[in-house]
Amino acid sequence: MSRQIEFVQGNVACAKAALYAGLEFFAGYPITPSSEIAEYMAKRLPQNGGKFLQMEDEIASICAIIGASLTGRKVMTATSGPGFSLMQEALGYAVMTEIPCVIANVQRGGPSTGLPTHVSQGDVNQARYGTHGEHAIVALTASTAQDIFTLTVDAFNFAETYRTPVILLLDETTGHLRERLEVPAADGIATVGRLKTTVSQGVDYHPYLPREDGRLPMSDFGGAHRYNVTGLFHDMWGFPTENPKIVYGLIRHLVDKIDHNADQMARWKEYYIDDAPTLLVSYGAAARSALHLVENRRKRGEKLGLLELQTLWPFPHELVREKCCHAQSIVVVEMNMGQVLQQVKLAVRQPEKAFLANRIDGELITPTDIQNIIHVIQGKGV
Amino acid sequence: MAKTRLVFSGSGGQGVITAGIIIAETAVLHEGLNAVQSQSYGAEARGGATRSDIIISDAPIYFPKIIQPNVLVCLTQMAYSKYVPSLRPGGLLITDSRWVRIEKTVDARRFELPLTRAVTEQIGQSVVLNICMLGAVVRLTEVVSPEAVKEVVKDRVPKAYLELNETAFDVGFDLAKKD
Amino acid sequence: MSVRDYLRERFFPHMWCPGCGHGTVLNALLRAVEKLGLDKSEIVMVSGIGCSARISGYVDFHTMHTIHGRALAFATGIKMSRPELSVLVPMGDGDALAIGGNHFLHAARRNIDLTAIIMNNRIYGMTGGQFSPLTGYGCFGTTAPYGSVDHSFDLVELSTSAGASFVARSTTYHVIELAGIIEKAIAHRGFSVVEVMSQCPTNFGRRNQAGSAVEMLETYRKQTVPLDSEAAQTSPEKIRRGVFVEKKRPEYTEAYEEMIRSATGES
Repeated sequence: MSRQIEFVQGNVACAKAALYAGLEFFAGYPITPSSEIAEYMAKRLPQNGGKFLQMEDEIASICAIIGASLTGRKVMTATSGPGFSLMQEALGYAVMTEIPCVIANVQRGGPSTGLPTHVSQGDVNQARYGTHGEHAIVALTASTAQDIFTLTVDAFNFAETYRTPVILLLDETTGHLRERLEVPAADGIATVGRLKTTVSQGVDYHPYLPREDGRLPMSDFGGAHRYNVTGLFHDMWGFPTENPKIVYGLIRHLVDKIDHNADQMARWKEYYIDDAPTLLVSYGAAARSALHLVENRRKRGEKLGLLELQTLWPFPHELVREKCCHAQSIVVVEMNMGQVLQQVKLAVRQPEKAFLANRIDGELITPTDIQNIIHVIQGKGV
Repeated sequence: MAKTRLVFSGSGGQGVITAGIIIAETAVLHEGLNAVQSQSYGAEARGGATRSDIIISDAPIYFPKIIQPNVLVCLTQMAYSKYVPSLRPGGLLITDSRWVRIEKTVDARRFELPLTRAVTEQIGQSVVLNICMLGAVVRLTEVVSPEAVKEVVKDRVPKAYLELNETAFDVGFDLAKKD
Repeated sequence: MSVRDYLRERFFPHMWCPGCGHGTVLNALLRAVEKLGLDKSEIVMVSGIGCSARISGYVDFHTMHTIHGRALAFATGIKMSRPELSVLVPMGDGDALAIGGNHFLHAARRNIDLTAIIMNNRIYGMTGGQFSPLTGYGCFGTTAPYGSVDHSFDLVELSTSAGASFVARSTTYHVIELAGIIEKAIAHRGFSVVEVMSQCPTNFGRRNQAGSAVEMLETYRKQTVPLDSEAAQTSPEKIRRGVFVEKKRPEYTEAYEEMIRSATGES
């Protein structure tokens, strides 16, 4: 069978993967640098009998997909920083009501309107902490069109498995970059369908009563079972409660179902880490520059390694600790002021050996930038 | 093969972005090579100089930006002034002789080609300037085969305009005779 | 089916204040649903936040209690996904027209088949009496201690110009009329708006010398006139009630299905 090779933007790879994963409903609002995702959906979804909606703003977009998801559809929206900020309240609603959805945030420079057409990775912490109240979240990233495809499918799978919103933290560079994509065969990557209740019509269905394995089977809203959904703390029927015991139980459930499955959701790539005294840790577009440097230095005999993270939340602390255990210095390469560095410092045994190589001027960090910072760290000067 | 870093520059609407996508897509879909293409976006892309960056290589391409192109195409004076200082010594410089006046000698193989004049006089349609330029680039760089480029053009261009584009490509190809 | 069968009786008594008009709206709504002979499983109710939003907890439909102002956006997602369901969206005046004003305008513009019931008590009741976009110039609220300098929207005119294809107004005094209007609104194909003037004696009445719940109802009786009545001609200062707009306009989910047929080459 001939392989299906395409030459596409990262944003298009993301859109194609969403359809591959079974996307049926997309609502969005135009914003650079994510609009190619919406444009692709506008064209393709109706052809597949799906629905694309351009809503009046990002708030309406995320609310519409949450509503559609509840009725049994796989759903997605795509945006960038300013729109992602607007979505935060509804994101919390999806967390609280445990409604699966995927939100792609193609990051640009911020704060505020910032740098609409330039790259940044400034929203790592916003993905984690942007909505109010204690909660856990899933956020994935990738550095190539091929990986964007894979991780997008993962995003839909995690959303369904854990009944949670999943954030895809892409960036302007990888979103806009055109490159090779080999589209997997239809059964090439496993996709997770919605877990539906086996409770028959007319029998009392408890939308918020977890099974023994912690999973919550769903019943398509508007279908066989009538139930209530609310953003208030709620009991197993979905009705509001202020009972402290139930409140405690629900918040633990919401946090534990993500944090306890951090291993299951950890996705990463590693290059030459076993013998590297200096180990780079990076993700997204910055990881391309890091890998470029690593491959170049290796040719010259310099032992540099790279751990490329694809799951940013729940942060894989144990994985990072294990992978970094032989390194004498760890250099986190990212395009912010050290949002992942903070987590790496929490993860490793000797946080004083973790350093930052960053760029925050809207330009993609270059291999030379990283090399210069490594020299400084190694006391060699620039 | 060595890594080829091409920058196509001009002004918005001249089609340098499309030309970049076509040559990169050709490399990936028909030549079994790796290629990445990126471009300037936003306000920058709407006025002044616009550029399309293409890297083609048989090895994986990680860092996707071009700091020093070894092939630079300039279709306007503004693009020429802005980007010519970045051209790698010993590289290839292609300019449109109708719009670009070479201001100082650079260490490069230089081709001042009458691209605009050729499409206006021989085809009568300036809209295919980018494909004409592509013909010249393909001949001078040999980074992809002309037949493969035409395959991609066939897939991307509406049928009614196919012949026009193919002719434009050939005109550019013929202009770039190596002497 | 009796009206009681539409209720989740185990959640009673309800949380509304004594004298609140919202229970009357619930009453009229259920009678309308009964009259239409709709099955409980054919109805989705999506509400936002506020006193009005709590109505969704008391009805035995598919119910979704969402976030402030966004009920229509959630409802749009549900309706687009399951066009065969009747989707009712009860909202408060602040919910629908302040924080949710933009969603309201755009739902009307699309003419999507949702029934928006705006329970207009001219105040933010749940949060304790702050002024709303319908409080009115010179009226008082906890955040308008010297009288509001904000002017009100006319909800009927707003809905009409935004494109709603069914627009009506009634009050909690005129319960039978209200039930009839809601019935028509649900049956209508397109975006339907029903403004219900609903008294809040606790937070509006008390601060604005409007009197008890009974006196506020009495005011609704005296200060409103049927749209097509002689009184409407002779007393233009009075508030008009009735169906202002009832017209055919292409409905959004139907237009979308048509577009899908064209995209898939079926038509």
